[in-house]
Amino acid sequence: MVKSRERRPAGKDPGEGRGGSREEKPGISRRDCLKALTAAGSATLIGGSVDAHAYKKFSGWPDRCGVLADLTECVGCRSCEAACNRANGLPKPDVPFDEKSVFEEKRRPTASAYTVVNRYEDPEKPGTPLYRKVQCNHCNEPGCASACPVRAYTKTPEGAVLYNKDLCFGCRYCMVACPFYAPAYDYESALEPRVVKCTMCHGRVKAGGVPACVEACPVEAIKFGKRKELIKIAETRIRNRPDRYVDHIYGEHEVGGTSWLYLSRAPFERVDFPTNLPEKPLVEQTKGFLSSVPLVLVLWPAFLGMAYAATRNKEDDK
Amino acid sequence: MREESMAKADTFPARFMDKLLMGMPLSDYVRTLITPFNVVAMGILCVGIPLIVLRFVDGLATITHASNEYPWSILLGWGLFSGVPLSATGYIMATAVYVFGFKKYHPLVRLGVLTGFLGYLFAVIYLLIDIGRPWRIYYPMAVSYGPTSVLFLVAWHVALYLTVQLLEFSPAILEWLHSRRVRKWAVMITIAMTVAGVILSTLHQSALGALFLLAPGKVHPLWYSGFLPVFFFVSSIYAGLVMVIAVSTILSRFMRNSADREFLGSLDTLTVGLGKGACIVMFVYFALKLIGVAHDDNWDLLATPYGYWFLVEIFLFVLVPGFVLTRGVKRDSARMVRIGAFYALAGVILNRLNVSLITFNWAIPGHLHDLIPPVKEVFVVLAIATLHIIIFRWIVNRMPVLREHPDYREHG
Repeated sequence: MVKSRERRPAGKDPGEGRGGSREEKPGISRRDCLKALTAAGSATLIGGSVDAHAYKKFSGWPDRCGVLADLTECVGCRSCEAACNRANGLPKPDVPFDEKSVFEEKRRPTASAYTVVNRYEDPEKPGTPLYRKVQCNHCNEPGCASACPVRAYTKTPEGAVLYNKDLCFGCRYCMVACPFYAPAYDYESALEPRVVKCTMCHGRVKAGGVPACVEACPVEAIKFGKRKELIKIAETRIRNRPDRYVDHIYGEHEVGGTSWLYLSRAPFERVDFPTNLPEKPLVEQTKGFLSSVPLVLVLWPAFLGMAYAATRNKEDDK
Repeated sequence: MREESMAKADTFPARFMDKLLMGMPLSDYVRTLITPFNVVAMGILCVGIPLIVLRFVDGLATITHASNEYPWSILLGWGLFSGVPLSATGYIMATAVYVFGFKKYHPLVRLGVLTGFLGYLFAVIYLLIDIGRPWRIYYPMAVSYGPTSVLFLVAWHVALYLTVQLLEFSPAILEWLHSRRVRKWAVMITIAMTVAGVILSTLHQSALGALFLLAPGKVHPLWYSGFLPVFFFVSSIYAGLVMVIAVSTILSRFMRNSADREFLGSLDTLTVGLGKGACIVMFVYFALKLIGVAHDDNWDLLATPYGYWFLVEIFLFVLVPGFVLTRGVKRDSARMVRIGAFYALAGVILNRLNVSLITFNWAIPGHLHDLIPPVKEVFVVLAIATLHIIIFRWIVNRMPVLREHPDYREHG
């Protein structure tokens, strides 16, 4: 019973819904689903089937934005890294941004870099490089947000997932939960450590701009826009140049879909994208367990009370 | 000797000092402290405590192994994920005696509750060293609620359960302080606290497993299972039972003077009884683990290196100790049950380390290279464990834990 149940209708239609935009607010779905799941849990207990539409469904903010990253276009100039560093006032890096030797090892976002570019060898054409930019993917239903015990994460209507350092107490469960290894932590700081991650330049986007990395890219390998439209663009690119792309938009469905979407020439696992992830949002993995909590709270006292009464009864008989 | 000295003290401070020094003059008391164990403990603390201070001066990076990929290091893998199931002693013993009526285990209840209480207290201490801003530890309770988080549940339950266990143990403290009236109140709530303790324990023992449900791509599929909460809960039951055996074994050897005849006299029989309970739960747990593999159809993974490791865990560290316990029970040999109990404990710890550290991030290249914790972190863990033992001993020496206070005999 604790096993989390697949509740999405079968078929290709993802939870986030490409066309259909629902108006409900997001907070409601989480809170209500707990209630609904308790009902669902009891329904399972008495053998009824769980209705996929039994609870209100929120399929994401309709106009959320995202970025389409085309790995076949990226030239590995690291301008995005430099722009990100400037836009966010991050500390000066140890090696300058035009230095190519950093590609010798695989890097990841850290407390002083929201984004990094890694180089791979193209498995199709040995000798040619393939670059991949890494940063927070701004999930539709973020694992970090489901993990946070103090709700320090917010999924904004614009698409960014934001972190609030004023609430965080540094448990780092968000980092455990993030399937993309995006959040970094300030392990060097003794008294004010923070989780650090890309903000998809939320301030700039709200003011009508685009993220600094997108603006800096000289070859338009990363494109900012409405997520819905980006998916259409990505589909068109794959359709027009099937020789150039693997037939998959990474991030369209992974863990419920992400704001950042990727096109690649190489299979995604070859460029270190995790490909063992479920298609449903991570929060679904713990929903079943959390829904059993109220059941235990209510049923256990009854069972234990019964056991206690039985013991007392036996003693009285003696 | 303790009783005689009570008579000579009259003023409150004098009486209190008398209790702290266990009725000895200060000089005598200090002399009793010079033992080989204390010398070693002192050495460990002299290294470990400055390292803990260092964490609050130079940051977590200076003492732990934790990194952006491995946010939780051995501090939590040991202190929280292994420490909490080993502290299931409190709810297991209290339920057995007060709810299910296994009255003959009464001499072990207080020991169980104390082991549980201190286990949780120290789990929180490991946590306070590990988390970024420990002074915000109450935030999930008062400032901002994250009810979608399993950790939110763990935070609440550990806080509540710590309180419950303190109340459950309070009669012993009050007897020590000779506070007859308050003690009466404390005893009255025993049943309510026991039931509350089982509910809270069921939920947070399983929640520690459920925490990892959020990381399906990271924990190895043989250990990642929708049944993780059930695995963690069921194994906590036998962990609690064998931990009582282990702790009582150590205490009956090294702290004989604090135990009464009833405790020492019944211990062998009770040990075999606990062993019987434990081995049954272990076989159930073993079956559940197999069901877990079958449920996700992971049989093919058993023929991989991680699969061999999985088999080592469930055969060598669950089934075999289960057999040792069974044999001990069949032969009525407390000695063999004790060996089985320590063996089974190792298995519980191995399981928790497997889920939280050893198979966590298994898909990252070079994963196993990062496993051995740095010396500094080992010393921090050792220092906290040493403090744990010292405080445990301090309490057992003074309060009626392994014995009944002559003035407060129970009827059960």
